[in-house]
Amino acid sequence: MNEASTGQVSMSDVSKTFTLKVDGQIQTVQALKSVNFDVKQAEIVTLIGPSGCGKTTALRILMGLETASRGRVTVGGKQVHGCGYDRGLVFQHAELLPWLTAAQNVMFGLEMKGMRGEELRDTALRYLDLVGLKDAANRRPYQLSGGMKQRVGIARALAIDPEVLLMDEPFGALDAQTRETLQGELLDIQARTKKTIIFVTHDLDEAVLLADRIIVMREGSIQETIQVPLPRPRGNLGALRGTAEFAEARYRVWKALHSAEVVH
Amino acid sequence: MSKIETISAPTAVEDAPKLKREIPKWVITTMSVSLVILAWEVFGRDVNPVFGSYPSAIAVAFWKLVVSGQLLAALTQSLKAFVVGYGLSVLIGVPLGLLIGRSRFLEAAIGIFITGAYAMPLVALVPLLVLWMGLGFAVKACVVFLMAVFPIVINTWLGVRAVPKTLIEVGKSFVASDFTILRRIVLPATIPYIMAGIKLAVGRGVVAMVIAEFFTAISGLGAIIINAANAFDTARMFVPVIVLMVLATMLNAFVGWIERKVAPWQVELSGRDEG
Repeated sequence: MNEASTGQVSMSDVSKTFTLKVDGQIQTVQALKSVNFDVKQAEIVTLIGPSGCGKTTALRILMGLETASRGRVTVGGKQVHGCGYDRGLVFQHAELLPWLTAAQNVMFGLEMKGMRGEELRDTALRYLDLVGLKDAANRRPYQLSGGMKQRVGIARALAIDPEVLLMDEPFGALDAQTRETLQGELLDIQARTKKTIIFVTHDLDEAVLLADRIIVMREGSIQETIQVPLPRPRGNLGALRGTAEFAEARYRVWKALHSAEVVH
Repeated sequence: MSKIETISAPTAVEDAPKLKREIPKWVITTMSVSLVILAWEVFGRDVNPVFGSYPSAIAVAFWKLVVSGQLLAALTQSLKAFVVGYGLSVLIGVPLGLLIGRSRFLEAAIGIFITGAYAMPLVALVPLLVLWMGLGFAVKACVVFLMAVFPIVINTWLGVRAVPKTLIEVGKSFVASDFTILRRIVLPATIPYIMAGIKLAVGRGVVAMVIAEFFTAISGLGAIIINAANAFDTARMFVPVIVLMVLATMLNAFVGWIERKVAPWQVELSGRDEG
């Protein structure tokens, strides 16, 4: 691998160990055990697994918020050292700054990147428009619904024009209908912007609907990688749910998730 | 566009425009204050005027002090020391609290002194401060500062520790420097705690001011209290006491007003009733 395209992500032999103090005793928890995967430019990969399987840890290592205990992480061929503008993170609960308006929240990331002046507000408004929130630009987070907050979160991450969008269960706290709407919108945005997306979820349907490839994780390791044979663009996600391909892929992921249950 | 089949769910119970039949808070406060003053007036008159006083006698004493110009002169004198000491405690306390809260090293190195100093029996140290700084203005401002600064530092420090880790990570994810995170994320997130500290410091600062006026060169409102007490003129003694209480209450309301100006989102978040 010499000429890596900018949106390419790779984790090779990555392990992560945490030390915890439980009732005065030091315990080590192995969150990741030599995880390997590659993500191609413009690919959507979902990481799925039960809580504690290491999917969020993997995402945080990719973002640079955690460092791997062992192994190599590269984005666009360059090794990851801390956070960078080549990656944008969408948080689980949006995590908007409550004292800023929607537009100012989007501007925050852009300002950090060094953008100033008129371009700053214009860019922020353009990305708010992209997520359908132009009219709510001057509202503060407490005046936004959960779905709207997460849209701002997506706009904030996209505005800095990263190569890779990292998403940590962003729709997990939303009601089912809002979630479905946002899933459709995310796919539309991805079709337009061609970002690589790594999406952590614990929702089986979501994993299948969004992904080109699903990585099923369990106890810090990759249990199985499943290619989703659905065409892109996905079009009507509601109709897609009724297809045999969807049911088939969903069942394969379900089996992978449950194959371990005999052990428990 | 995807069409999602939905069973028409019952729409959320709409917020009917509530007829606010509640009595406004300021009315309740006014009534409660009037009641206390009235009761004091009625029962206070039966007490020997050396041992106690009552509102109308205090009002007369107040008027005399105003007319003679003594009250205004004393108030200005006291407030100068208060403003300098209190102002410094905010200017130094807030940044210090922010730094201690953000730095593991400073927290371990300085935190223990702050916690200890908060409980320091300052009155015992006033004579020592007088030896260092004399009897004048400097020592008074210093006593106010020492009483006011620690609640501000401690509150700010606690506030920083209560900032959600994920908000810090928002800054990190956009490659913000530590200083930028402190200024753009930690500081605004900590404002409610800072304001609480600043409010607590008002009361402590006022007490410190009077203590300073008792134990150093007798001056300002403290002087009126001492002189009146020595002359067994209890009504007159109560005038500065009440002036200070009113002043502190007004200052607190002012800080609250500033808080609503600089952090309007906070009021919305907590849903506090400010009416």
